[in-house]
Formats: sequence, structure tokens, C-alpha cells
Amino acid sequence: MSGEESQWLTVLIAVLGGAIRVGTPFLFVSLGECLTEKSGRINLGLEGNLIMGAMAGYGVAWITGSAWLGVLAAGATGVVLGFVHALLCQQPRVNDIAVGIALMILGTGLAFFIGKPLIQPTAPHLPALHLGAWSDNPALRAALEINALFIVGVLLAPAMAWFFKSSRWGLAIRTVGESDDAARAMGLNVNGVRMLATMAGGFLAGVGGAFLSLYYPGGWSEGLSSGQGLMAVALVIFARWDPMRCLYASLLFGGAGALGPSLQAVGVTSGYYLFNAAPYVLTLILMIAASSTKVRSGMPGSLAAR
Amino acid sequence: MTFAPFLIPLTALLLSLALFGVFVSLAGADALAVYHSIYRGAFGTWFSWQNTLVSAAPLMLTALCTALPARLGLIVIGGEGAVVLGGLAAALTGLALIDTNAWLALSGMALAAMLAGGLLIGLVGWLRHSRNVNETISSLLFNYISIAILSFLVIGLLRDPETLNKPSTHHIGESHMLGALGETSIHWGFAYGVIACVILWLLYKRTTFGFAVDMIGGNLRAARLSGLPVGRNIFLVCLMGGAAAGLAGMVEVAAVHGRANTSLNAGYGYEGILIAFAARHHPLAIIPMAILFGGIRAASGLMQRDHDLPDATGLVLQGMIFILLLASEAVFARLALNKGSKA
Repeated sequence: MSGEESQWLTVLIAVLGGAIRVGTPFLFVSLGECLTEKSGRINLGLEGNLIMGAMAGYGVAWITGSAWLGVLAAGATGVVLGFVHALLCQQPRVNDIAVGIALMILGTGLAFFIGKPLIQPTAPHLPALHLGAWSDNPALRAALEINALFIVGVLLAPAMAWFFKSSRWGLAIRTVGESDDAARAMGLNVNGVRMLATMAGGFLAGVGGAFLSLYYPGGWSEGLSSGQGLMAVALVIFARWDPMRCLYASLLFGGAGALGPSLQAVGVTSGYYLFNAAPYVLTLILMIAASSTKVRSGMPGSLAAR
Repeated sequence: MTFAPFLIPLTALLLSLALFGVFVSLAGADALAVYHSIYRGAFGTWFSWQNTLVSAAPLMLTALCTALPARLGLIVIGGEGAVVLGGLAAALTGLALIDTNAWLALSGMALAAMLAGGLLIGLVGWLRHSRNVNETISSLLFNYISIAILSFLVIGLLRDPETLNKPSTHHIGESHMLGALGETSIHWGFAYGVIACVILWLLYKRTTFGFAVDMIGGNLRAARLSGLPVGRNIFLVCLMGGAAAGLAGMVEVAAVHGRANTSLNAGYGYEGILIAFAARHHPLAIIPMAILFGGIRAASGLMQRDHDLPDATGLVLQGMIFILLLASEAVFARLALNKGSKA
């Protein structure tokens, strides 16, 4: 094998590993957003949930010494932020996008404020499974170090798809998302269902944040998130509100996000910042391609109505 | 409810200051002393007033970027990207015109910046109208793409090799910098902001174009049926909003930094969103709101130093104000509804 070929193989393996590592937070946030949007509301504040989750997860893991307790705490902060979002959105004349931006600012601010003393200490990491042990290629082994949370996320996607399709609660969420009137006619509490969906979505986004601080990139700093929480909203749109497609799209985004650093590792540095923009450009292109003046298939009716 | 436009922001502001006081007390600071620092840093002396007005200049312009499309019912959050691209275009034009006179260079920079920012947000509006691409998400993505383009160019192609710590373009020339208003340290950018807000208010209030915009925002179907050029108006409104934010980028380059670099990405765009909502998307109300938030921005350094609080303290206060603003908007809407049902 020539030197150049093995270089490209290294890039390919790094992108593959990156798809899994970088894609995991996308997976959790997009599943959370998918759940919330199915109920007919957009939560743009999941970026705040993600950063709060990263901070709270890291802090609790450091204090208790248990990474999994950190994950739970991260989810709990997401539930609280989701509750505030739902509470404000169900008031008259309040715009859910504005509430989302406000919670993004507040969540980020609070996380940076409270998290200030957490920059120094080291918290325990989440465990990883070494699925690449059979290979003697170190790059491949590194790429196949799969975190337990990723596996939880991969199992969660089909579970959520089943939940929407076949369970009574999934049907309730879909009905509320389709039409307020139809839901009321069925005797459903529209605001109650939306609140539960937003809180559960917030939980998942918080867990995504815990992955950032407790596994990859790991540690707590103010530059930990680069807008994954916001991009997840776009991701859900072109996954057309389907949990399984959210899984594939998250992997695609993760791979696109890993492209810049992977190329830098083999010495291609000139376009570093442009490659970093790859996921954003990709999202935009896919949104333009997937959109039309017709209502998109799979879009909850209450979202399409405005 | 004629007082509502004044009462809502005022209530929210007082409540958030109270909540913020509790918050900093929990963090171990003396709330009253913190309030005093904010006041001193923002409005206490003529010196702090000047700092406040300098910070308010780009905020007025970025607030217009959200406020103008909001009249159409669109929520555009791409002010940050328009500032960045506007600043970049201004620096490039300034460098191209470095051998001409200052007046020509500054006019060229302003035009280029407005064109760059305007086309960016105009594209957002066009995508929304023709392809039904969500304007909030697309404008957000353009923020990240614009910042990546800026970083890419100032690190490589356009870099002045003498800028070591912060890669930047070459300097546009001291003699071509945007001057101060009279004997103050407030630069002309503040005047640009006030003038832009007044002109756009007149445009919305006094022209048929403004009427058409309100009609499209109020009832899209009715606007279409009465034969209004909906797509063209959406594009034009977004173009104007983007041009305002682009001009903010020019002001930052021409009056503050003299070069384009990643300092352009200082959160003016995101704070503009908050100001637009606080001003209820009214161009004239943006002026006092921008001064208020400019004051918080100007005072945050002093507040952090005096009381040993983290950098994010200002961000926490902004977030609280925004949340409580939306909450009091809701409470007032409830009161109005109750009043309506009793009558």
C-alpha cells in the first residue's frame, strides 16, 4: 500500500470514528427535538439545555465520582429548562422561537457562571467499549472505541419510532402535533401533552450535553459546544421528523464535523475553517433540497400551519 | 392598554433586576453594590455614558435586522453573520480604496458592508419565500458559515503578517477611520444607528411600502389576493434588515478595530435579537432599548472587577431580562383577554 493511500485510509477511519463520537450529541439532541416537535412546538433552546447538561453532568460526576449520576443530573437540568419553555409557550401571544432563544442565552449564561470552578478539576469519564480489539490498526481501534451512551442512543431511535407508531402515548403526541382541535375532541390535554414532550425532549438534550463533557471532547470549558443544539433543529427538519432518520443524519453530521480535524491530522491544514463549516453548509443544502412550497411530508400539522 | 408598550418592558426590567440581585447574592456578592456598579459603569458619569452609546451603536443596527422582518412574521436571527460579512466587505473595500480620500473610502466601505449584509439576509428571505426554507434556521446556519469564511480568509489569504496574536486583515489607514461626534469619544456609528432607526420608522409608518409590509405580516392570503408583490417585499425587507446589520460590521471595522478579524464576532447580532423583542419590533423603541443594553454591556467589565464575578454575569442578566420580558408579555396579554371577555 502506498503512503498516500494509507493516508486517505487514515482520514476515512478518522471520519468514521468521528461520525460516532461527534454524532452522539447530535443524536440525543435531535431525538429530543424530534419528540418536542412531534407535539407541535419548536424548542430552539436545546443549545442551552446542551450546555447546562454538559456543566451539570460534569459537576455532579466530579462531586459524586459517578459519571452515570452526572448523566442523570444533566437530564434533570434539561427537564427543568424544558418545563420553563413549555410553561412560557402555552401562554397567549408568546412565540416559541423567541422563548427558545431566551432560554439559550439564559442556559449558556448560567452554565458559564456556575461552571466557572469546574474548569480545573477532572471528573470520571463515561466507560467505552473497545469494539476494535480484533484489529491491530491503532487508528481503527481508536475509531471503534464506542461509548456506552452511543449504544443507548442507537437503541433509543427505533424505540422512539415504535413509540410514535404503535403506542397510545405516541398517538397522543402525534395527534396534538397534528391539530389542536382534533386533540381536544379526543379529550386530550393539549398543553399537558406538549409540556411532557418538551420536558422529555429537554432530558435527552441534557444527556447529549453530558456526553460532551464526560466523554468527547471531555472536560468542561466555555467552548465545549459549537452550536450542536441549534443544528439539531435543522437536522430534525431534514430527517423529516422520523427518529430513525435522525440516527442516520446524526452520523452524517458527525462525519462531516470530523472531516476538518481528520484532514488536519494528515497535514491538510489550508482549508481547516472551511471544512469546519461543512456540517452547516450540508444542513443548508439539504434543507433547500428537501423543501418546497408544498408542506413537507412528515411535518406535524401544527408546525405547518404557520 | 395604551400603556402596555411601556409597562411591559419596564415590569420585566424591574423583575429581572430583582431576580438578578437574588442570584448574585447567592453567588456571594452584595446585590445593592452590584446595582450601583451597573449604574456607575453604564450611566453614572459622562465617560460611562460615552462608552454606553458606543456599545449601543452596533446594537441598534443589528436589532433592525430582526425587527424589520418580524413585521412580516419572519424571525430572522442572522444578524451576527451579516455583521461579520459586512465588516469583511468593509475592510476589503477600505483596503482597495486606501489611496483615495477618506470620504470616498468611507462611503465605499459603508455601501459594500450594506450590500454584503443585505444580500445575505435577502437570500434568507428569498429562500423562505421561494423554497419554504425556515428563515430562523437558515439565518442561523449562515451565521456559522459567515464566521468560518471570515476565519478562513484572515488566517490565510488576507492576513497581515504583522498581526500575530489575532490574525487580521491589513489596516484600512488611520486617516480613513470613522471619526468622533464633536469633542466626544462617541463615533459616527451612533448617529448611523439613530438615523437608520428613524428612516425605517418613517418608511413603515408613512409609506405604502410600510402598509404593504404590515398587510403581508397580518394576513398573507389577503395580501396575495390584493395583488401585492409578496416575494419582492419579503426580499426587500430582509435586504434592508441585513444592510443595517452589515453597516454595524462596517462601523466596528471603520471606527473601532481598523481591520477585519474575529472580534467582529462579538455577539452584537444575538443581542440585537433580544433588543428587537424588547422594543416589540418598533424601530423607534429600538433606540432607548439599545442604549439600555449598551449600558449593561459597557458596565459588565466594571461589575465583574468590582465584585469578582465571572465573565458570564452579563449574559445571565440578559437571559433573565429576555425570559421575564416574554413572561410579562404573556401576563399582559392574559389581562387584556380577561378584560375583553368581561366587557
